[in-house]
Amino acid sequence: MIKFFLMVNKQGQTRLSKYYEHVDINKRTLLETEVIKSCLSRSNEQCSFIEYKDFKLIYRQYAALFIVVGVNDTENEMAIYEFIHNFVEVLDEYFSRVSELDVSFFNTVFHGTQAHSSPYQIGSCSVTQAGVQRCDHGSLHPGSPGLK
Amino acid sequence: MSDIVEKTLTALPGLFLQNQPGGGPAAAKASFSSRLGSLVRGITALTSKHEEEKLIQQELSSLKATVSAPTTTLKMMKECMVRLIYCEMLGYDASFGYIHAIKLAQQGNLLEKRVGYLAVSLFLHESHELLLLLVNTVVKDLQSTNLVEVCMALTVVSQIFPREMIPAVLPLIEDKLQHSKEIIRRKAVLALYKFHLIAPNQVQHIHIKFRKALCDRDVGVMAASLHIYLRMIKENSSGYKDLTGSFVTILKQVVGGKLPVDFNYHILLQVLQKYILLLYLTMILTISAIFIFLSLAILFECVHTVYSIYPKSELLEKAAKCIGKFVLSPKINLKYLGLKALTYVIQQDPTLALQHQMTIIECLDHPDPIIKRETLELLYRITNAQNVTVIVQKMLEYLHQSKEEYVIVNLVGKIADVLVLNTVDTYAPDNAWFIQTMNAVFSVGGDVMHPDIPNNFLRLLAEGFDDETEDQQLRLYAVQSYLTLLDMENVFYPQRFLQVMSWVLGEYSYLLDKETPAEVIAKLYKLLMNDSVSSETKTWLIAAVTKLTPQAHSFDTVERLIHEFTISLDTCMRQHAFELKHLHENVELMKSLLPVDRSCEDLVVDASLSFLDGFVAEGLSQGAAPYKPHHQRQEEKLSQEKVLNFEPYGLSFSSSGFTGRQSPAGISLGSDISGNSAETGLKETNSLKLEGIKKLWGKEGYLPKKESKTGDESGALPVPQESIMENVDQAITKKDQSQVLTQSKEEKEKQLLASSLFVGLGSESTVNLLGKADTVSHKFRRKSKVKEAKSGETTSTHNMTCSSFSSLSNVAYEDDYYLNTLHDRGDKELKTFSLNSELLDSESLTELPLVEKFSNCSLSTPSLFADNSMEIFHPPQSTAASVAKESSLASSFLEETTEYIHSNAMEICNNETISVSSYKIWKDDCLLMVWSVTNKSGLELKSANLEIFPAENFKVTEQPGCCLPVMEAESTKSFQYSVQIEKPFTEEILSGFISYHMMDAHSAQLEFSVNLSLLDFIRPLKISSEDFGKLWLSFANDVKQNVKMSESQAALPFALKTLQQKLRLHIIEIIGNEGLLACQLLPSIPCLLHCRVYADVLALWFRSSCSTLPDYLLYQCQKVMEGS
Repeated sequence: MIKFFLMVNKQGQTRLSKYYEHVDINKRTLLETEVIKSCLSRSNEQCSFIEYKDFKLIYRQYAALFIVVGVNDTENEMAIYEFIHNFVEVLDEYFSRVSELDVSFFNTVFHGTQAHSSPYQIGSCSVTQAGVQRCDHGSLHPGSPGLK
Repeated sequence: MSDIVEKTLTALPGLFLQNQPGGGPAAAKASFSSRLGSLVRGITALTSKHEEEKLIQQELSSLKATVSAPTTTLKMMKECMVRLIYCEMLGYDASFGYIHAIKLAQQGNLLEKRVGYLAVSLFLHESHELLLLLVNTVVKDLQSTNLVEVCMALTVVSQIFPREMIPAVLPLIEDKLQHSKEIIRRKAVLALYKFHLIAPNQVQHIHIKFRKALCDRDVGVMAASLHIYLRMIKENSSGYKDLTGSFVTILKQVVGGKLPVDFNYHILLQVLQKYILLLYLTMILTISAIFIFLSLAILFECVHTVYSIYPKSELLEKAAKCIGKFVLSPKINLKYLGLKALTYVIQQDPTLALQHQMTIIECLDHPDPIIKRETLELLYRITNAQNVTVIVQKMLEYLHQSKEEYVIVNLVGKIADVLVLNTVDTYAPDNAWFIQTMNAVFSVGGDVMHPDIPNNFLRLLAEGFDDETEDQQLRLYAVQSYLTLLDMENVFYPQRFLQVMSWVLGEYSYLLDKETPAEVIAKLYKLLMNDSVSSETKTWLIAAVTKLTPQAHSFDTVERLIHEFTISLDTCMRQHAFELKHLHENVELMKSLLPVDRSCEDLVVDASLSFLDGFVAEGLSQGAAPYKPHHQRQEEKLSQEKVLNFEPYGLSFSSSGFTGRQSPAGISLGSDISGNSAETGLKETNSLKLEGIKKLWGKEGYLPKKESKTGDESGALPVPQESIMENVDQAITKKDQSQVLTQSKEEKEKQLLASSLFVGLGSESTVNLLGKADTVSHKFRRKSKVKEAKSGETTSTHNMTCSSFSSLSNVAYEDDYYLNTLHDRGDKELKTFSLNSELLDSESLTELPLVEKFSNCSLSTPSLFADNSMEIFHPPQSTAASVAKESSLASSFLEETTEYIHSNAMEICNNETISVSSYKIWKDDCLLMVWSVTNKSGLELKSANLEIFPAENFKVTEQPGCCLPVMEAESTKSFQYSVQIEKPFTEEILSGFISYHMMDAHSAQLEFSVNLSLLDFIRPLKISSEDFGKLWLSFANDVKQNVKMSESQAALPFALKTLQQKLRLHIIEIIGNEGLLACQLLPSIPCLLHCRVYADVLALWFRSSCSTLPDYLLYQCQKVMEGS
């Protein structure tokens, strides 16, 4: 199960956050700060999965933007790792070339796409499906999808 | 089609921002130079958190003004919502806007509604009270003809929905399962999944429809339904075996490329994990050999699956290869996955670890701490006596580097697990290493570690291993190492570590040759004077000093210490100091009190403090009121203060349970009076200090009474505070009594009661029982009529246990029981044959002939039991007097005077030697399961034993006599277990096995399982309408549902009768077309039901103090009403 989905920039400003389990608003800020701190402290050679308290963080960095997903123990890390990339690819498609500010401006759009992907465990949504289909055709390139 | 709708949906907010998706961000920025834009840009430009906060606060206050202004149009409101969402996302409270979000969802047009719903789903959480306001909107939108509106409503339902309101939307959503649009069907399935998660019982009846969804022609719907199945299969894997075929077909289609591979793939795999499908797995393993990240994820799941199903060598080989690829991969993420897979696998196949030895070693020194940690986890699983030193060494290294508290707690736990918890065979190679490692663990883990660790460590030290000299050496080493540690200057140890040290030094310093106890005391004294030591640790220290004092020869330090602490401000310390002072004055007493190396010995503790009975008696005879426990005093105080008083009703339940439980044990009044201390006393039986106190009183000469509890001194930890607690407790008792002496006349009534209560001290527990019931509350007396029958029963129970019955009447009673059961089985109508327990005493003799007659009659009908081989119920052929001896079953029933309904016996398993049949007896306070085992063979069976597997939802207690050393040929024995429910459920399986030895020492085992339903734990609750009304108001959890009735049962009385018979509800009253019913879930969770009939609809309304019970009962009601 996905617990939360975060988009944070290097300065620690939250660009998008979505919690699938209720977290108290004060605790959210604290959590986000700690999460970004632990992501920033890691280098490229280190693996993208972090064990944080009793759950796991899976993160991917696109330019100055971190996308972090918090999952519980039963989730497959690799699948989530790819899921992040798919998400970004879909954004890129939608905005032609997506930038960090787009995410903030259109946070309603983002929530819209996510509303359906909500707990990704809950269902296959258009985003994931589209993304996975693309993967399936082998056009997956782990390079930057155009986030500036 | 679904794509189009989906696109419209996702494009909606975009439209609202007047942004054409093709237009790109530039156009958007231009058109959206509105407030959100400036807000976002403003925040991005700011550098400090403080400025950001100022800006947001400003924004929030302007938003607050706007949203509450009456002139604000919906369009503006929608714009405000977007900004509110943004502010809240940044962590600022925007709760003032919640209600407006709901309003927007209710009133707006499509776009505004969309934003409103979005805001609601982001702002609120499941149990938020405002969510109730949304229900109406959702219902309206679900009925809308506009697809988009239906979609939005379904989406919000699948995200957040109040549990209690599910019945309101459930039929609507069920209808949507047949909708022509895929997206609607899919969303409906997701909404139902959500319901399944939060209230599984309410969607139980639509399982068939889930099956339909699984076979839906749309992939999305099918995939969504997989989630539901995954969950259901996890709960009950045997129930869905018939679906395996469908799952395999789906998987085949995926593998064959007919369906798009998607993320649900691994969910499907998890589903399949439960079944053995080797063939298809092989296929997948080969296919996914290509290196794409996602297929790697799938591969990982496959490997996991391969190892969790029944092992097959080919597959294992392939999986091992895959793991090898993972582990050896230069990509760090894959390495991580590989290690994780290895961790899963290693317990089944340690040789795999050998293959990857070198990689694992490399990973141990990996720069990435996460990889390191995963490796340690792996190593932890393969720890054994040979490698323990190295592994623990590595773990400690990691421990020293890491700062995070969570990591420390986790790792310390693991090390300690390897070393200590495993008391049977600790892996530690030698004493010195063991103690040093533990020292390191304690000093690093400090105060964050789990409290079990020091406890277990001390127990290990105290109980030791098999070899006594070895133990002594271990202890000696521990003492020496602690003394050296304490000698070091300016080192601060965690409090827990100090506590461990002080206990060890206190217990085992006598092993030292060189240093005298006085020197050790001096060291402890130094610590005591240290300000950084917490007061809890100080009590440990002073306890250690107390233990050492009798061994010491010079008392300078001790006297200084006493002098120092008798004037301490800390009452706890002062108490200890005084204790020490008084003991110190009598060295002989002290030596006998605190013997050397006796921490492991068992003690008998009089937890009821019955030796104080004399004192209490004196106090009471002088007119003192009896002691009331703290909780009772508080309740009384509350009941006096409150105007609206719900208390007594809750109380009456608990008190009836209380008396029921307590009185059979025959606890005397004395123990009742000091009830509170009895409780604490029980808890403290493993306190070392208690030993001293008990013996002290022993010198003063009291005789332990019958009811005194035997404590089990496990030699764990000295917990000095607890002994203080007890002292304090006594002090309270005394103080209470002295206060009572001065109490005014308003307590006169109670004093009267008290003295009458006191007369029967120790002998008549029944008086005690009644008296107690009265003191519990005034209101209770009013209810005593209702309870009268019950207490009457209990009274006679006591009489019986006191064996005031003649053996003759015993027999009569027994035979009666047989008859009842007989008639039960033969003819339900005769079930009502009841035995008036109060009359039994006097009438048993006259009744005897009748009984004899009946037993004759039962003799003539043994054929009833013949198939079930239930000899236990056969009326004995021998004389009536010997019945009691023979039949263990009957004797246990003697304790109860009411008769119980029981189910038919059912054979649950058999083999050529034995057959086991079981039946349920629905007793008033529990469910009694009886397994009767018949030995069919001509041989004697030895050590027949029946064991029940522990179940999550039950507490199963063995009734005496369940292990039979010998079972004669062709005989029947029965095993009884009383089952108590821990948390409500619908149906659960209780399974166990029976094992026995044949004569030729060949042992066999036979497994069985029995289905238990919630109904087995439901008992009628007999209350009056008035009480019903009061209870009704006091319960918070309710569930309403309408049930359709068939023509035949449309009348209310008929429906109620069905409920009464099938569910054991008690009908309180029928008023017109309404009925009141009540029941309770054992042990004492009441549930009330209000029924009303309109035409052919029965409206059920449940209320209970337990949140889940109404749901479960509702389900049962539905089942019953549909079934009849």
